[in-house]
Formats: sequence, structure tokens, C-alpha cells
Amino acid sequence: MNGGRHFLPLTDGERREMLAHIGAASEDDLFAELPPAIRLEEGLDLPPPLSEMEALAHLEALAAKNRHLREYPCFIGGGVYDHFIPSVVSHITGRSEFYTAYTPYQAEISQGVLQSIYEYQTLICRLTGMEAANASLYDGASALAEAAVAACAATRRRKVLISRSVNPHYRRVLQSYLDVRDLQLQELPLREGATDYAAAEKLLDSDTAALLLQQPNFFGLLEEMEPAAALAHRHGALLVLSTDPISLAVCRTPAEYGADIVTGEGQVLGNPPSFGGPLLGFFAARQKLIRRIPGRIAGETEDSEGRRGFVLTLQTREQHIRRERAISNICSNQALNALAAAVYLAAMGPAGLREVAELCLQKAAYALEKITALRGFAQVFPGVHFKEFAVRLPGSGGNLNGHLLKHKLIGGLDLEPLYPELGPAMLFCVTETKSREQIDALVGALEGWS
Amino acid sequence: MKREQPLLFELGAPGRRGCSLPPLDVPAKPINELLPPQMQRQDPLALPELSEGELVRHYTALSTRNHGVDSGFYPLGSCTMKYNPKVNEEVARLPGFALLHPCQPPESVQGAMELLYRAGLYLQEITGMDQVTFQPAAGAHGELTGMMLIRAYHRSRNDQRKVVLAPDSSHGTNPASAAMAGYEIKEVPSDERGLVDLEALRQLLNDEVAALMLTNPNTLGLFEQDILEIAAAVHDVGGLLYYDGANLNAIMGHARPGDMGFDVVHLNLHKTFATPHGGGGPGSGPVGVKEHLAPFLPVPLVEKGEKGYFWKDDLPHTIGKVHGFHGNFGVIVKAYTYMVMMGAAGLRRAAADAVLNANYLMERLKNSYALPYDRRCKHEFVISAREQKKRGVSAGDIAKALLDYGFHPPTVYFPLIVEEALMIEPTETESRETLDRFAEALEEIARLAAEDPASVLAAPHTTPVSRLDEVSAARRPRVCWTGNRKSD
Repeated sequence: MNGGRHFLPLTDGERREMLAHIGAASEDDLFAELPPAIRLEEGLDLPPPLSEMEALAHLEALAAKNRHLREYPCFIGGGVYDHFIPSVVSHITGRSEFYTAYTPYQAEISQGVLQSIYEYQTLICRLTGMEAANASLYDGASALAEAAVAACAATRRRKVLISRSVNPHYRRVLQSYLDVRDLQLQELPLREGATDYAAAEKLLDSDTAALLLQQPNFFGLLEEMEPAAALAHRHGALLVLSTDPISLAVCRTPAEYGADIVTGEGQVLGNPPSFGGPLLGFFAARQKLIRRIPGRIAGETEDSEGRRGFVLTLQTREQHIRRERAISNICSNQALNALAAAVYLAAMGPAGLREVAELCLQKAAYALEKITALRGFAQVFPGVHFKEFAVRLPGSGGNLNGHLLKHKLIGGLDLEPLYPELGPAMLFCVTETKSREQIDALVGALEGWS
Repeated sequence: MKREQPLLFELGAPGRRGCSLPPLDVPAKPINELLPPQMQRQDPLALPELSEGELVRHYTALSTRNHGVDSGFYPLGSCTMKYNPKVNEEVARLPGFALLHPCQPPESVQGAMELLYRAGLYLQEITGMDQVTFQPAAGAHGELTGMMLIRAYHRSRNDQRKVVLAPDSSHGTNPASAAMAGYEIKEVPSDERGLVDLEALRQLLNDEVAALMLTNPNTLGLFEQDILEIAAAVHDVGGLLYYDGANLNAIMGHARPGDMGFDVVHLNLHKTFATPHGGGGPGSGPVGVKEHLAPFLPVPLVEKGEKGYFWKDDLPHTIGKVHGFHGNFGVIVKAYTYMVMMGAAGLRRAAADAVLNANYLMERLKNSYALPYDRRCKHEFVISAREQKKRGVSAGDIAKALLDYGFHPPTVYFPLIVEEALMIEPTETESRETLDRFAEALEEIARLAAEDPASVLAAPHTTPVSRLDEVSAARRPRVCWTGNRKSD
């Protein structure tokens, strides 16, 4: 039996007529020029096809083997976060005029997507204080890597400095992007869990394109950012900040810190964690760097009758025009996730987003206080935390997450593999989605383990 | 005259909101204690203030100003805009998939890991490759990953090859991805058949060549029938063969890149495997490799052991990571659902119908448009508006005229080797009636181009906006709304 018949409208009769119309004797004729040695006479070896009902049952069974975040409260962050998503978001991204469209190449019939991108870009600029933003990149990690590449191109320099307080997964992606271009990556050591500016001062030189920092950093700490911009700029380097957009409702903006390029993970804005993808890389910059911004950009213009309209603009930066001279190879991005982010931000409004950020601050502080009051659990780094904090574990660590699973909790992020120098330590994340009861349950389970 | 849709920022009123949140349920601390004033945002955050209903009306209005596959025919060449099955959307939203954290303990996500593992097996069988990574988030990301793998492979053999070859008909992402991976690009000319010029290729091949990037069938919709000779020639000089999977839809179940001699392939799940393109993304660009490139794959890889599925992280020669986590999992869920429903015969049938639809449409259209390569095509074909251009009607004008017939136009001005190119890919999910109506529209436009070119140049008339001024948009870019209209 053929699977997927309900997606294929041609009938056998039509196939015969159409084959005759094109002068083909049989369906095999359509593939006549394929060398016999590579033709799959037997077809593929795949499991028998499933009807929609069977497929749904199969996928539901696979989904049921997972413990999801509404069953087991999750205290892991580290780049992907469990924030509340209002119902309105998925109803709008579920409109198929949006989600079944391609990249808006034909502007006249793509004004919906183009205007939504333009509004999204504006929202990102307002959050970060930057003057220009793109339509999205793959994720926070690749956005930071693209920023490093852009900084090297803008300054014609070949080295970037990155703090070890930046997400280790991001640093690894950055490393692979820079390695192939023979660009140099140097890491700044940690000082009390934050950027060591004395080390930065020593390593910044006339070949340094950028200083890459994260705020709040991987440990959830808000770093002292004041020295960063002046330090980078004094050596002719750019300051690139990777940031959590929710934090920007209450925290000083990258623009206020003097950043030149701002990137980050926009998943937190209305997108589910989805096992780590699709995510949403955002990229914003000062106006003077606009032609260094990779990827699609929507711009405002007018039609022949003077009406406001939107188009993809500055396309001479891009691969389909410039080929090997393009500033990036990116083509498909994360447009639907950017749409979700825009709907989320508009639904929250300034007051709602501030509430989310303050709930994170308050609840994380509550959890930190409770956990570090337990015997053997200690705060790793002092300072101001946004929604995550690192905790040193009692004894030699062990399988704490396995223990928490037994308590129907998805634990923290094990820091030891990422920062061996910290010893047994865990990064906990507490957002507005965690009730006091759930936090107390975590604390209780930790107490039972120590 | 049609009206503009106001911007989000022009709607609502101060004090309105579109969402409610629970009150704080832990003892409150003064905000200045949690966040010192010098770390607080100074610049007031100017987000829109709308009720939920206003918000829904705004986006509903925007959606009506947009054309998707669900709205109508979308024959955008090389983009494989096939129908996106609805069950896929349902499945990807199951909490057991959508609400998983990528760093959860493996024992709590065995179903998700099993799905990745099974999807990998499907793609290995479909492409004839030995192992797959799902990290790349889109096709171009897959190309970059492939180039990184190729570079790592050569370097591991102490070989510093510097050149990547790509045909003059290749997608723009091919040279851009190779350049991003530090390679110098050389273009391989096409011959009069529209295929790789084998002699010219042989001239370009030497021990400096790291790889040849090839799309097969190519962007003219023509199968590179010399593929076995091409593969042998590239391998003879120690180069590798890279498969751009954008056009896999033409041959799925009929032939496999792995059997043709390709060493690395990327796939576009958002094209071939029916996942929606989201107005630009998310896509998914898994990369498959032959055994000799497997040691360099990004980490982690999902593997099956005695106690279930686990993440394999210790690959000593890995290129590292290209995505923060495991790639666009939500998209992979949809593609997997599609594959289990299609099965082997269904995928093979889909490719055959895609090829049949393309040839049927090509046969009809060659009477009214120039057909530079008049041979059996695969899933797409390229016609030229060079005759219409003599009357002042370009490929771009024809595209705009099609908008008034309710069709999304084909890809225009690509591939670059055809003047006034219109690249048409109908896909297998379109009915013969749709193909006939589209052909009639293009025939009528060709007639108008001959008899009344001005009427074509004035199109479109029925769209929410008429032709937009792209030149001044690029000259004075306005990419962020500052509250002032140009005319103010």
C-alpha cells in the first residue's frame, strides 16, 4: 500500500493521461536518464506506512515516554527556559497564512509576514536599545558566532576574546565557526564567576576584534559591565553582549552599557523549550554596523500609490545575490519563532514583561536562600542573580538528578562536566512558572539527599 | 483604495494589557535589594499595550495580507512548497515533545531520543549514508556543517586543501557556505545540456580541491546523468563530493546520493519532508555522512545501548557543536511523522508525481515561453521570458502579473545561467486542475505581454499593496520604527 495517499491528489487515470501528454511510455520513463547502477529497483527498506490514526498513536506513545515540564517541574535553564506562554501566541502562529509561507520574496503578497518581522525588529531594538535588528538567526549560540564573525569583518582583525562566564555550549559553537576561518578565540578566566577584566586588559591588543560577554552570565549573575565598553573601545574592539531578553525589562540595557552588537536567545519570548529547538537567535546592532548584520532584514518603504509597505532589504549582503562574497550563508531563519516572540511581547506589554522579570528575581532569590540554608549546600558565586544560581553540592556530588527524578522533579544543570574546577556543583533556574510549593518540594528533595 | 494595517505601536492605549500573571507567592523583597539601582534599566521600555482581543485582530488582519501554501499554489522553484500535513502540527505540540528541556536527564527523555534515533535511520536509508547529525537548523547551516566536516577530514590527513568547486547553476548558499568555512570558490561551467561540463570539471580538479558541491537534480531540474564519472573524477584527486539536498524530492525512493558516490549530504526537512517553512523558518538541515567522515560529526550523537538511548559525547575528532542543543527538534518531529505515514512506496510515489507534475506543466508552457533546456525534467524546470522581454516585459513583471491570478510566482532570475529565468516547481501535492489553471494564467500573461505589455507592467492590482519601492528601501534603510513616517 502507498502511504500518504491523502497528500497526493493525482489519480491513476490522471497519471496515465499526463504521461501520455508528455510522451512518456511509463513512469519509469520519467527516470530514464538515471544510470542503471544507481536506480533503486527494489525501493527503500522502511517500515510499512501508517495511517494518520496509527501515526498519531505511535507518536503519542513516543511522547508518553518523556517526562515533560508540566508533569515534573523543571529547574534547568542554561540557555533554554520554561517561561509561561499565553494561549494567544500559538493561536496566531497557528494561522496557516503565516506558518505555511516561504521567505517573503514576493512582497506584495507577503505583507503580513514582512510587517510582523518589521514589528519584531522594532521590539528587539526597544528591548536592547540598539538601532537595527534582523529577522532572526538559528539560536543564541549561532547568533553570538555570527556576531564574532561580523566584528572581525568590521574591524579587519582576527582575534576575539570571550569570557568563560559565557554559556559553554555557545563557546563551543563559536569555536567551530572561528576555527574554519582561522580566526583566533581566546578565553578569559573566571573571577568570582564573572569576567576577569584584568585578564581582558592584558589580552586585548591591536588584533582583537571583539570582547564577547554574557549578561546575565551563564551562572545567572549580573556582571559589573561598566568597564567593558571603555576597555574594548580603547583597543579598537567592539563590545558584543549575549543577553536574556526577559531580563531587559528590569536590567540595564546593552545600549546603556555601551555594547555595539547584542545577540541572545529569544526562545524565552513565547516559544516552548521543544527539547532545544526550534529556538530564536536575535541579532541587533548600532546603526553604523547595519550592513554587517547577517540574514534577512525587513525595511519600510512605500508602494506606487504612496501606501506604507515592507520589503526584504539590504539584500546585497546576502548569499542569493553575493554568493561567496556574502557576509553570511544564512538563508532560512526562525521566522515563526520571531513571530511568536513579537506576539508574546505585545501580549505582555511593558507591565507584564516587568512582572515576569520581577517574579524571576524574587523566586530565584527565595530558592537560593532556601537551598543554601540546607546543610552542605553553598552558593558558589556571590553577587546579583537574575533567575539562575550555582550551588555547590555536599560531599562528592553523585547522581542528584536521578534522586530528584524519583521526586518527580527535573533537577538542575550539572556544572561539573562544564566547569571541572568548581567540583560538584549545580546550576538551578527558577522562573515565574515555579510556584512556592514546587520550590519547596525541590528544597525538600534536596534536603532528603544531603 | 486598500488601507494600511497600522503597526502594533500605533494600536492600543497606555494601561491596556494582553496577559495576566499570578501574584508573587514567596515573601517579597524590595526590588532595590535584589537588583541594585545602578543595574536597573534607565530607558523606559516602550512595548505595545493592547488587550488580547486587539492583538488577535491585528495579527488576523496581517495574516489576511499573506499568501501561504494553504492559501494557494506556491510553485517557488528549489523550495519544494508542498502541502504541510496538519497531523504534524498536532504532534509537534504534544507536551511530551514541546515541553522538554534539552538538558533533562536522558532517562526522562527516552521517547524524544528514540524519535531522533529512528528519524536518523530513516534518513540514512533514504540517502544511503551511514550516520546523521540533526544539529543544523536549516539547509545552509547543514552546508556549513558539511564544509566543516570536509575540512576536518582533510586536515586529519595533513592535507590543507583550499578550493571548493560549485557549478555556475548552484544555489547561492553553496559558495557562501564554502566561503564561510574558509574555502576559496571556483565555479564549474555548465555545458549546452545544462549539466556539469565534465571536461571543464576535469581541468579544475587537482590536489588543491577539497570538494565539489553538487545539487542533483540541479537547479535547472535536470539530473546530472554523468554523476558516476563526476564522482570518480573528484575522488581520483582526493576530493570529496557534497550533496545539496534541496532537490531530493525529485528522486526520493528512486536513487540515493550515497549510491551516486556522495560523501556528505544535507537535507532540507522543510522542503522534502513536508514541514512548513514558517514564513522564513524554522527549517531543519540534517547532515548525513559516509563512514569515513563520521568521526568528525558534531556532538552529542544519540545512540542506542543496552539500557536505552544515550548521548555519545566522546568523539575525539569532532568539529564540536554547530547548534546550542540538538537542532530544530520540533521540526524533526514533524518530518518523522511524515516519513512514517509515507513509507517507502509513498515517498517513491511522491517523487514520481512531483516529476510528472513538473513535466506536464513544462510541456504546456513551452508553447508560450522559451524553454532553454528542452529535455525531460525532474521536479522543476526553468523557462525564460526572453521573448517577452523584447516587448519590455521581464520575468519579474510576469511574476507580479501572476499575483492577480491568486498564484505565488515561481522563483525568478535564478539560476543565473538562464536569462529572465522563471524556475517552476509544482510539487506532488498539486492537482492537475491547479496545474491547468496556472498554465492558463501564464499563457494569458504571455498573450498580454505581446498585445498589451503596459497592462502587465501595471500589475499587481488586487494585492494589499501595489509594487513596492525596493530601491529607496535599500538606499535609506528604515528597519526599526521610530514613530515618524517618511512623509512627516
